[in-house]
Amino acid sequence: MSGAQMTSQATSTGPGRGLLLAAFVAALFIATGLFQSWTLALLIVNMALISSIMALGVNIQWGYAGLFSVGTMGFVALGGLSVVLISSAPAPGGWAAGGAGIVLGLAMGAATIAAAVMAASKMGPGRRRTVVVAAILIIGFFLFRAVFDPAVQAVEANNPATDGNLGGLGLPVLLAWPVGGLLAAAAAWAIGKAALGLRSDYLAIATLGIAEIILAVLKNEDWMARGVKNVISLPRPVPYEVDLQRSQGFVDWALSWGFDPVTASSIVVRLMYTGLFAVVLLALIALSQAALHSPWGRMMRAIRDNEVSAEAMGKDVTRRHLQVFILGSAVIGIAGAMMTTLDGQLTPGSYSPLRFTFLVWVMVIVGGSGNNWGSVLGGFLIWWLWVMVEPIGNWLMVVITSGMADGWLKAHLINSAAHMRLLTMGVILLLVLRFAPKGLLPER
Amino acid sequence: MDILNALVAFLNFVFIPGVAYGAQLALGALGATLIYSILRFSNFAHGDTMAIGTVFVILLTWGMQGAGVSFGPLPTALLALPFGIALTAMLLLATDRVVYRYYRRVKAAPVILVMASLGVMFILNGVTRFIIGTSDISFTDGERFILTAGDFRTWSGLAEGLAIRTTQGVTLVVAIIAVAALFWFLQKTRTGKSMRAFSDNEDLALLSGINPDRVVAVTWIVAAALATTAGTLYGLDKGFSPFTYFQLLLPIFAAAIVGGLGSPIGAIAGGFVIAFSEVMVTYAWKKVVTYLVPEEMAPSGLLQLMSTDYKFAVSFVILIIVLLVMPTGLFKGKSI
Repeated sequence: MSGAQMTSQATSTGPGRGLLLAAFVAALFIATGLFQSWTLALLIVNMALISSIMALGVNIQWGYAGLFSVGTMGFVALGGLSVVLISSAPAPGGWAAGGAGIVLGLAMGAATIAAAVMAASKMGPGRRRTVVVAAILIIGFFLFRAVFDPAVQAVEANNPATDGNLGGLGLPVLLAWPVGGLLAAAAAWAIGKAALGLRSDYLAIATLGIAEIILAVLKNEDWMARGVKNVISLPRPVPYEVDLQRSQGFVDWALSWGFDPVTASSIVVRLMYTGLFAVVLLALIALSQAALHSPWGRMMRAIRDNEVSAEAMGKDVTRRHLQVFILGSAVIGIAGAMMTTLDGQLTPGSYSPLRFTFLVWVMVIVGGSGNNWGSVLGGFLIWWLWVMVEPIGNWLMVVITSGMADGWLKAHLINSAAHMRLLTMGVILLLVLRFAPKGLLPER
Repeated sequence: MDILNALVAFLNFVFIPGVAYGAQLALGALGATLIYSILRFSNFAHGDTMAIGTVFVILLTWGMQGAGVSFGPLPTALLALPFGIALTAMLLLATDRVVYRYYRRVKAAPVILVMASLGVMFILNGVTRFIIGTSDISFTDGERFILTAGDFRTWSGLAEGLAIRTTQGVTLVVAIIAVAALFWFLQKTRTGKSMRAFSDNEDLALLSGINPDRVVAVTWIVAAALATTAGTLYGLDKGFSPFTYFQLLLPIFAAAIVGGLGSPIGAIAGGFVIAFSEVMVTYAWKKVVTYLVPEEMAPSGLLQLMSTDYKFAVSFVILIIVLLVMPTGLFKGKSI
């Protein structure tokens, strides 16, 4: 027993292990740049930075407080929504068509829920309360529909081919990032109020549900962000490649270094994104590290490790859980807004829980639960794998089947190689969970 | 006023689909609740277990169809079902041996088991796509209808038709047989009793000489049978697509929790509660109401409470209500 402990001590202490792993991951990216292309490598780096922030958010919930939430996708999507609401231009005629009705309808819906919650908490339990609360909700629902529906129809009938929504506020896109965090935080507050303080499995099931609902809203409420018709060409915080290629100064600069201006422009644009994302990531890491090592962080870990004794010490466990759940969700929301900014479009059809919830969990577990740098490492490593497994799997399949006669089996195997991703991620998750449950960079 | 036509429209568009969907959910929820009560974790891989069980059945069905085997007017898939269950059971036993057994032995927290089930879910999902791809598959054959809308109209002389699809009838009959067999097994057989004892009080069960490994193995086999049956019936009725099965997780868990986690009767009741709420909230009532009210009061709108795309919201809202009002569910399951 002492031997096992000593080896784990020896491997977990000191910065050497972290640096070694970081160097290994960096080498993966450099190799991608050298052997494939630098634009591809930078593309993966940018998404890896965003993935790291998502993993950081999940780590705040799981690593700090032991909350098992699988609603990551929903918060990512809310962040994406904020980009449309903040930065896209207002749709011509959209607000005039039914903006007031929509706002009024939403306000009435919120008032109904508030009234029902108030009635439920003020009145004593009994049949009377049930009847009153049900009546408030039912009447409120029909009033809401009566105001909301015609307004929505009017807005969606306004230029449906290009708009059909209210559009955004036309503000700078960078403002959407904190707003995405706020949106996600608000949703997390509502869901946490209902689901926290129960068995851990319950939060998982409830968040699984809320993520699907957020996505359903995004897909179907066309007045908001055009639903599955997508919002494209969102404003960017960095210049466009074509503008760079047109600028004489840039072309001269690129040629003076011996670069092809077209390649140089796309690399420079991606590097700008990398810089922006890195600043956000580092700021969030700094904040998270400070929080983790503050008395608050110690309290969180105490609650995680033993809820009963923390409660006996007078800590309000449910309240702290709500707090940390909101914080983690806000971080995920910020990352979601950053991702939509990078994509330049919001496509609700592309969100899937396997990609946005469970993959981020794999990053956190592989990186090391409770360790912020571990989340970053996991984000980079797993994202690189996620992108690379498909070509590697394809290549493997071609090699494996090279001796086979052409036929349906060979074709099927080669075509199916694309599905290797999920398989690989599942195997990695199980292996890490089983043989290195503390992850690559264990919590110190 | 035309009560008969209204009733037929209600039966045709709400009741019959609701019963079939409810039976499918109930079987799914029974599997989830069984695993929860004996292995003590929420199995996130249950939806994908249903999917891969269905894939086995589909492959066997194709094989049988190729060999010229048919089940007369009934879907061939029913003949393939027992073999599909056997394959799924072997797969689940292997999964338990490779993944879950270790965590039981080290007495890991339930949440670690849930996470391991996430890994299993990834793998099963990948294997499913690997074997059969991602496109929708319809694998039902035989007679399409027990009762067609046209036949019903000529027979009754009503304006509304009533159609019962074979898959709907098959769903109900198979579900009743499966549930009856499960309850007989749990109540009357020695193994079933030992499973219930294990679920009620693990320590006491171990003390009285019940072999935990056997209980766990039997649980996986029963869960495989329930999941494969539920998946096959759902696939026969609505077509097979891998992603839908993953999305069934939410209504299945909602059904199990509404009924009371760990209570088999509760899982069945919960399945029907969720199914009927979903169908009734997302059904456009215009037709039924038009028959019931005088002509001048006929509704102009669809009278649909929520669009079909929000059916997840229905399971979810019921989940929240149950949680706030009666956390142990309808049938006093384990508190969550």
